[in-house]
Parts: sequence; structure tokens; C-alpha cells
Amino acid sequence: MYLYSANFWTALIDSRGIFFEAAQMTLALTAVSILIAIFIGLLFAFMKISKIKPLEWLANIYIYVVRGTPLIVQIFVFYYGLTEIWMISGFWSVALGLAFHNGAYIAEIFRGAIQSIGKGQTEAGRSLGMSGNLTMRRVILPQAFRRALPPLGNQFIIGLKDSSLAAFIGVSEIFAVATTQGANTFDYMTWLLVSAVWYLILVFLLTLVVSAIEKKMAVSD
Amino acid sequence: MSDKMIEVNKLNKSFGDLHVLKDIDFQVEESEVVVLIGASGSGKSTMLRCLNFLEMKNSGEVYIKGKQIDPKKDNLNQVRQQVGMVFQHFNLFPHMTVLGNVIEAPTQVKGVSKAQAKKDGQELLEKVGLGNKANDYPSRLSGGQKQRVAIARALAMKPEIMLFDEPTSALDPELVGEVLATMKDLAQEGMTMVVVTHEMGFAREVADRVVYMHDGKIVETGAPKDLFENPKEERTQAFLSSIL
Ligand SMILES: Nc1ncnc2c1ncn2[C@@H]1O[C@H](COP(=O)(O)OP(=O)(O)OP(=O)(O)O)[C@@H](O)[C@H]1O
Ligand SMILES: [Mg+2]
Repeated sequence: MYLYSANFWTALIDSRGIFFEAAQMTLALTAVSILIAIFIGLLFAFMKISKIKPLEWLANIYIYVVRGTPLIVQIFVFYYGLTEIWMISGFWSVALGLAFHNGAYIAEIFRGAIQSIGKGQTEAGRSLGMSGNLTMRRVILPQAFRRALPPLGNQFIIGLKDSSLAAFIGVSEIFAVATTQGANTFDYMTWLLVSAVWYLILVFLLTLVVSAIEKKMAVSD
Repeated sequence: MSDKMIEVNKLNKSFGDLHVLKDIDFQVEESEVVVLIGASGSGKSTMLRCLNFLEMKNSGEVYIKGKQIDPKKDNLNQVRQQVGMVFQHFNLFPHMTVLGNVIEAPTQVKGVSKAQAKKDGQELLEKVGLGNKANDYPSRLSGGQKQRVAIARALAMKPEIMLFDEPTSALDPELVGEVLATMKDLAQEGMTMVVVTHEMGFAREVADRVVYMHDGKIVETGAPKDLFENPKEERTQAFLSSIL
């Protein structure tokens, strides 16, 4: 009955192959959804600070809906909605659902960061003859991005952990593999702990990456 | 038409209900250095900012180099290339090196090659005495050095007019001199300058003309010696005695 020893450490070591694969799935899901979310976040941040009122309203509604509904509901809406009309895979429907979700939080992070850059920076750029767009791209955004990095890193970590919800759509990422192992061995606790260790490792690596980027951007201090 | 570098007729500017500039008439000749003085809130900054269209006038005419500027029709980015501005708080780009600050607008706006812009930029930095700081970030500089970089950055666009809004007000007293010296050099090279400052010594020594503003109006204007020694208006007398 027991495919693996009930001993936690043996389980952790013996199962490294399948969990390594599952971790890659988790990472892929996180990377894809976060990349799309950054794009969505930037777009909606610009809409929110735009002088065109309907754009601002649209952004507000989006953020309101994302904040006001459970992530698992969002993911299932994307899954049932998209797989029906688009013949899209479970992986991609979850990736898009997560991107939709994280995009709203990232939009708020970017908006706050952009607005925290003093008016003097824009005026300096404009007074040199730079256009509004050029000033945004060359002067404001680089500074805003740097200021956004700590909260963004935090959001990336949340996104990584939330990708575990993909298990409910049948994507074989870490949590899905852990529950399958648990069901097979009747030893859920061991496998949940094994999955926790894998999540901790991934979060640790992600934190390293974010702080490396932060260090790199801190040269101007 | 006008053969002046700057000509302003009947300029009015309000912020909501607050009428800040009231029927201002104002001219600056080529190579002239004009110092604007006046109490806090009298509208000096607003006046300066209307000249490079960081603020939009409500009514009146602004001519730059003889051409009337219509903010709705004219390309303000091109107008601003001719009118450099230096701010009280420097507003350097903190994420770029000193040289990066100086070459940013020439390369991005004028399309000057990076090599050429660096060469010109280095020369400008030498000129303001900061040739050895080219690769430092602004956070490493003193206030006086920052302001000199800001001047070099504005000059990199080869403007024909320079506006200074209290360029030394944010500096420690011992750093004021180096910035004023840079500005004096610039004036001697024939740059057309409009300077808002409380440095009366600079006004006396460098200005061709001093303009006293009060409550959104130009009250009196004249050569520094005349205005400082024999102010005609009571308001001017009161202001001068309050600051001297
Ligand atoms: N963006 C703005 N919105 C609203 N009111 C403004 C704005 N800018 C300036 N004002 C007001 O306009 C008036 C003139 O301001 P301005 O900055 O031109 O004065 P100033 O002569 O430069 O004063 P200071 O010596 O303090 O710099 C002030 O009452 C100020 O509060
Ligand atoms: Mg002012």
C-alpha cells in the first residue's frame, strides 16, 4: 500500500523526481501568469491615472471586481469560460485567471509608484523639450519601477503560492502531486509537508532573484 | 512681431479663483539679464513658468524670439528646447549619472549621437567645474554641484534663453557662491537670462535690469543701481527695506 515510507525525510528525498517536475510546472505557471499580470498591471495603472474618465472607471471596476471576489471563483470562471469558447488547456486557463487576478494588484502597485515620483521630475523632463510620453518612459517609469520592486516581489510570492489552486483544474503542479500522493498512500500529512518544503524552496529562490534586481537597481543611491 | 527675445503682453493667469498674474507686460532683449524680485506669492515663479509653458496662461500674448506662441497650435516641445529652465530643487534624474542627465535630452529629443552628446556633455561639465563627476550619480553630489549639473543639463539643449527659479534658495549658504559664479559666466557669454532670486548682490552685479513684482503686477523696473538706490514706488521701497 505504502509506495513510500511514511517517514517524512525519506518521502521528501525519494519523491524528488516527481516533485522537481511539479515544481517546474508551478514555476512555469507563476512565470507566465506574472508576466501577463505585469503587462495588465501597467496598462490598468495608466488607465487609472489617465485623464480620460471612462478609462479610469473601467480600471476601477476591474480592480473592484478582482478584489471583491475569491480567487478560486475567478479561476473557475476562466476555466469554464475559456475552455468552452477557446478550446484552451487547463494550464492556460489557470495562467490567465491568475494573471487577471494579480494584474489588479500589480496595477495598484504601479499606480502608487508612478504617482509617488515628484512633479519636479516631469517638469524637468518637459522643460528640456521631452514629450510627455518620452518623459514617462525615460524619467518616471524607471524610478517608479524601482520603487515598485519591493511590493512587486511580495506580489510575485503571493502569485507563486496561489498557483497551487491550479490543482483544482487538474494541472500537475506541486500541490496537485502532493494530494495525489496523499490519496495513494493515505498519508496526506507527510505529502502536504513535502509540498510545503518545495514551496518554501521556490519562494526562497524568488526572493533571491528579487533582491538581486533590487541591488542592481540601487547603484544610483 | 517683435525683435525681443521674450515679449509678453497683457498676460493673465489664474489658479481657480486666485488671480495670480494681472495684465503683465514684460520684455527681454537679446543677451539681457533680468532679475525678478518680489515677496513670496507675488507670482514670480508663475510668471517664469508661463514663459516655457509649464503653466498655461489664461489670456495675453507670449512671443519667443519674435514668434507668438499658441500652445494649442505650436509644438511646445520645440519651444522649450529654446528656453532652458533651472529649478530651485534641481530636479536631476536620480537614476542617471551626471553625464547621463546631461546627454538625455540631446540624444532622446534632438537625436544627437551618443558619442557626440557625451563629448559635448563632458565639455559642459568641465565648464561648470564638474568634469570629474561625470560618472557619479546625483545622490553623491552636494547641492551646489547638483545645481551646476542642472545648469549644464539645460545648456546641453543649446537654449537661447535660460530661466532660473530661485536656483540658490535650497542651498547651504557656503554653496551659493559657486552656483552664482556659474550663472555669472553664462551671463558674460551673452546668454539671455531671466532669474528669480533673493540674491541682491547677484542682481546688482550681473543684472541689466531688475523687475519688482507685487501681487501679480510689475510695480517697477529699472537698472539695478537705480532701482535699489532710488526706488520710485513706495511698495518697492518697503520691499527693499524689508529684505536688506
Ligand atoms: N499650481 C498652483 N495651483 C494653485 N495655486 C498656485 C499654483 N501655483 C502657484 N499658486 C499660487 O499662486 C500664487 C503665486 O505663486 P508663485 O509660486 O508664482 O509665487 P512666487 O512669487 O514664486 O512665490 P515664492 O517666492 O514663494 O516662490 C501663490 O498664491 C500660490 O499659492
Ligand atoms: Mg517661486
